[in-house]
Amino acid sequence: MIAPTVSGAPRQVRPVGPLVIDIDGVTKLYRMGTETIHALRGVALKIHRNEYLAIMGPSGSGKSTLMNMLGCLDTPSAGRYHFNGKDVSAMEDDELAAIRNQEIGFVFQTFNLLPRSNALHNVELPLIYAGLAPHERRERARQALVNVGLAERMMHKPNELSGGQRQRVAIARALVNTPSIILADEPTGNLDSRTGEEIMQLFEHLYAAGNTIIVVTHEEDIARHARRVVRLRDGLIESDQTAT
Amino acid sequence: MRRLLYEITESIRIALTQIFANKLRSMLTALGVIIGIVAVTLMGTAIRGIDAGLENSMSMLGNDILYVQKWPWGGVEDWWNYANRPNIRAEDAEPLNRIIEATPNSELLLAVPVVARGAVVKANDNRLGNVFTVGSNADYGQLSNVDYVEGRLFNEAEANAGRPVCVLGFDVAEALFPGRSAMGEDVLINSQRYHVIGILAKQGSFLGLFSFDNQAIIPLVAFKKNFGTRRGAELRIKIRDKNRVTEAREELQGAMRRVRGQLPGERDNFSINEQQAFKAQLDPLKAGIALVGLFITGLSLFVGAIGIMNITFVSVKERTREIGTRKALGARRRTILLQFLIESVSICVIGGALGMGVAYALFYGIHLQMPALPVRFSSDLVVLSMALSVAVGILSGFIPAWQASKLDPVEALRYE
Ligand SMILES: Nc1ncnc2c1ncn2[C@@H]1O[C@H](COP(=O)(O)OP(=O)(O)O)[C@@H](O)[C@H]1O
Ligand SMILES: [Mg+2]
Repeated sequence: MIAPTVSGAPRQVRPVGPLVIDIDGVTKLYRMGTETIHALRGVALKIHRNEYLAIMGPSGSGKSTLMNMLGCLDTPSAGRYHFNGKDVSAMEDDELAAIRNQEIGFVFQTFNLLPRSNALHNVELPLIYAGLAPHERRERARQALVNVGLAERMMHKPNELSGGQRQRVAIARALVNTPSIILADEPTGNLDSRTGEEIMQLFEHLYAAGNTIIVVTHEEDIARHARRVVRLRDGLIESDQTAT
Repeated sequence: MRRLLYEITESIRIALTQIFANKLRSMLTALGVIIGIVAVTLMGTAIRGIDAGLENSMSMLGNDILYVQKWPWGGVEDWWNYANRPNIRAEDAEPLNRIIEATPNSELLLAVPVVARGAVVKANDNRLGNVFTVGSNADYGQLSNVDYVEGRLFNEAEANAGRPVCVLGFDVAEALFPGRSAMGEDVLINSQRYHVIGILAKQGSFLGLFSFDNQAIIPLVAFKKNFGTRRGAELRIKIRDKNRVTEAREELQGAMRRVRGQLPGERDNFSINEQQAFKAQLDPLKAGIALVGLFITGLSLFVGAIGIMNITFVSVKERTREIGTRKALGARRRTILLQFLIESVSICVIGGALGMGVAYALFYGIHLQMPALPVRFSSDLVVLSMALSVAVGILSGFIPAWQASKLDPVEALRYE
């Protein structure tokens, strides 16, 4: 049994910026009839600005549950969660929605684009919920698409785009609100390895530009891009290594 | 506030995309609303049409007139009591007018005797079978304001002398003298010769049933010479103020009893009729139309609402992942609720608009076929229909939309 290590003392983690995510003693229970599933059993994790972190672990280890927690899609059963210094563990639905809208950019394995809307409108969506005026959000969405290399594809619907291009649209959508963190759950899971590599190059780029990136993956090749790897097993952090 | 506005525009955009992406499904769903709106519009228009037609026709007759007649308007059960009444005589007008003159501040202005029957009217080779022929005196012109195409009504001297002169209704003049004026010509009414001294302007018909343009007016004395005196007459009494009908009726009743020499305690041997009573005759018809209309409207809107609720449930189910995605991107509960509500309301409003289109086409068709029928398509019916459509949309969309808004984002994103 390997003792779980927590970022901070005794092993020095190089803090690259102010603390963004700070969770401690977080558990998550699912009740299935009479059975109780412990998806997370007391997780502590600190993530700073401009970190590039991979969460790894076998299937069922609690990666997605942790991810949903970090993304404010879900609240912990117990423990505390501070996001940018704010306690989010007891927030209401709509407050969490506001945090997701302003602070978090999601990239999903299955892209989750709106099928009937073109790339530009898909990217505009978070800005609509943020209450930006039409001309302003169009301008920012356009810029975000240019940044992911899709200047030529703005008016295309998702079904007119390749898998890699769709994921780029999703990444542009995640970036458009200039969030504090980008959360990607198996972002290359539905892509061939070459396209997957291109997407990872794009993340590399975003990281270099100062973004904070958290990628959930079970592939070592993908995790290798990250500067820090957190391994989960049975709802506990098994190891937390920072590349030197 | 601004944010809400953007959310609403976005929702309308999504709703329309969604509806047009599933045209057939949306159309079928909207069918109930379409039928409901057609029914409510038809009903409203029919009732409105009856009212408008009545109003129109009544002002043609003069809506400040009381009628003294042997029979009351509307059915009676003890008809034998009425049959035994002595006829109303045209000569009764004279003593009645004297009483009116002698009464200070009388509610009544003038009594005019009128006799009428259908008659054959001929000129040259043209023949009309059943022209409504009226006999009256020179006061007849004061009952209502009727325009003349040409000429005038007979004057007092002509009337008293029973001169063979006549005024023709518009259609009669047209039919007897096609393409030229009837003025100054001679016509045969019931085989007697009359000189045409006036032609009435076109007036239309009473509820599309009885044409005012199919008539001829001759002096009362001439009428008696021609048709005999056996038939009863009626008296038409113009009143001072049409808002004081009740007072006028009471005064008229007393005056008529004096004219007819009735004893105290004796039942009236005449009836005083007014158009208001005729209007009341149509109330059961209107109520019937309203009842049937409301039933059809209610039923189809109910069926429509169930259909729309169902389709909105399906829509929520189909787009569970989309809802999850939107929530992940920051959509609040309100946003999602609004999105699905606007979708169901849009279907209803589009259905309502189609329904009104159908109803309008129907009216137009009816109008082309039967121009005389008083059908009106009014703007407040449009407002009512739209309000109904929106209400049905909100009622039927609310439960599924509420359900969508409460979806857990994690569950929604995991949904296959
Ligand atoms: N909504 C849920 N209801 C019940 N059990 C769940 C639910 N979500 C996850 N679990 C359980 O929690 C554990 C962790 O799941 P998850 O976080 O999805 O793991 P991973 O993403 O690492 O495969 C699993 O045993 C899974 O079956
Ligand atoms: Mg998972």
